[in-house]
Amino acid sequence: MLKSNKSVNTLATSDSVLLRTENLGRSVNGKILVEGATFEVHSAEVLAIVGPSGSGKTSLLRLLNRLDEPTSGTVYLEGVDYRQIEPRTLRREIGLVTQRPFLFPGTVAQNLKYGPAQRGDTFSADAISQLLGKVGLGDYSSRNVANLSGGEGQRVSVARTLANSPRILLLDEPTSALDEASKIEIEALLRNIVSNLRLTCVLVTHDKAQAARLASRVMVLENGHIIRIGSMEEVLHA
Amino acid sequence: MLKHLFHDPLHLVFAQAVVAALAAVLVVLLARKRRIHLESEVLIAMLRGLLQIVAVGSILVLLLKSSRWNSAWLLMVMIVAAGATSARRARGIPGAFTVSTWAIAAGAGSVIAVMTWLGVIDSAITSLVPVGSMLIANAMNTNGLALNRIRADVLAHAGEIETALALGAEPGTSVSPYVQAAFESSLIPAIDSVRSLGIVWIPGLMAGMLLSGARPLYAAIYQFVVLAMILASSGLTSLISTLFIRARLFTSADQLIVQPGR
Repeated sequence: MLKSNKSVNTLATSDSVLLRTENLGRSVNGKILVEGATFEVHSAEVLAIVGPSGSGKTSLLRLLNRLDEPTSGTVYLEGVDYRQIEPRTLRREIGLVTQRPFLFPGTVAQNLKYGPAQRGDTFSADAISQLLGKVGLGDYSSRNVANLSGGEGQRVSVARTLANSPRILLLDEPTSALDEASKIEIEALLRNIVSNLRLTCVLVTHDKAQAARLASRVMVLENGHIIRIGSMEEVLHA
Repeated sequence: MLKHLFHDPLHLVFAQAVVAALAAVLVVLLARKRRIHLESEVLIAMLRGLLQIVAVGSILVLLLKSSRWNSAWLLMVMIVAAGATSARRARGIPGAFTVSTWAIAAGAGSVIAVMTWLGVIDSAITSLVPVGSMLIANAMNTNGLALNRIRADVLAHAGEIETALALGAEPGTSVSPYVQAAFESSLIPAIDSVRSLGIVWIPGLMAGMLLSGARPLYAAIYQFVVLAMILASSGLTSLISTLFIRARLFTSADQLIVQPGR
């Protein structure tokens, strides 16, 4: 069903494979959520996963940072089977930004400190200020998250994930819960961050236009199977 | 009025049971008028409760003539039954029965053992079994409340918990606010019972002692003793149960097991 695995290598923006899945699948109570997913994610590229609702996009994303357990296949992070990596370490390496920000009660700064604190690190006021500057919330450090708008909350969520210095960023429909203005803001933010930090991203979206605006390659999922993967032109205009 | 109609104590107590049950049936009929159907649930619960308590009463009659160690066996059976009952409140959490049973055994069991050893609870079967059962039943209720609250909070906050996991948090850290809230809320009934003692209610044990001719002051202080023991055993049970159920919410790869729609 995978149209061309060879195209993965030839069309990537970089030739170093950071993440590779091999026959990755998950089924729950006999229901197949994802099956036989084999693909590669190259360093500093943005791979978009598109498909209709219920096609298995989020299920596939949750397998990449092992929030769910694969029932078949596995994922390799720089050639290492991710089952050999401690889950907490793996999840810091592969950060996740969810559809809704799920901010923890408290201030913006407290949210940004959360990830580093889990490994016993302190996140300095300067580092917080610098990171907030990158997401366009320069003076928000002491703001209570309860008073933020949807777009601001999602910016804090992105910054909180970046505070862990992940090598790969998973974005699960990061703009789908936002209004049009906030959606444009977050898209611009992601474009800046990804190009400035040369971040490797896997973006799940149901919006093909958004995929075209943000990603270098795209994968189409249907009923848990990859039906196409390649460059935007190859896939979206196929 | 019933005393005038029934002179035999056994007949009288059966008549009292029928009248009390009729009051419950009346409530069920009123609920039915409002299209709330509790008939089968209430009927089964009343029949089951009656059979169980009559069975225990009969066993107590036999035990009165047997070794004191038999009360320990009886209390152990009660602990297992309490573990099974309260574990139902944690549907979907693997190992809830084991955690509940050990928590009640450690919480209520240790308080019963220590208090019996110290002489606070009389070691006679007629005292140890009823007082012990009160501690176990309350520990069961507290445990059920704690597990029910944890399950509901984890389902309602699965997003926050998985966000914490995705940021590299330990499973215990990711659920700690909900575990703490469950522990605190599970103890509300036990704390309120002690707080309102004598003002809002006169508990059954004190009422029974007064009816059987005990001195009011003695009955009052012993009632406080029992409620303090209930608070201790319930608190210890909830503390142990919430501590150990935390680990059961996750797989060995730190994945949340209890999730909405699964």
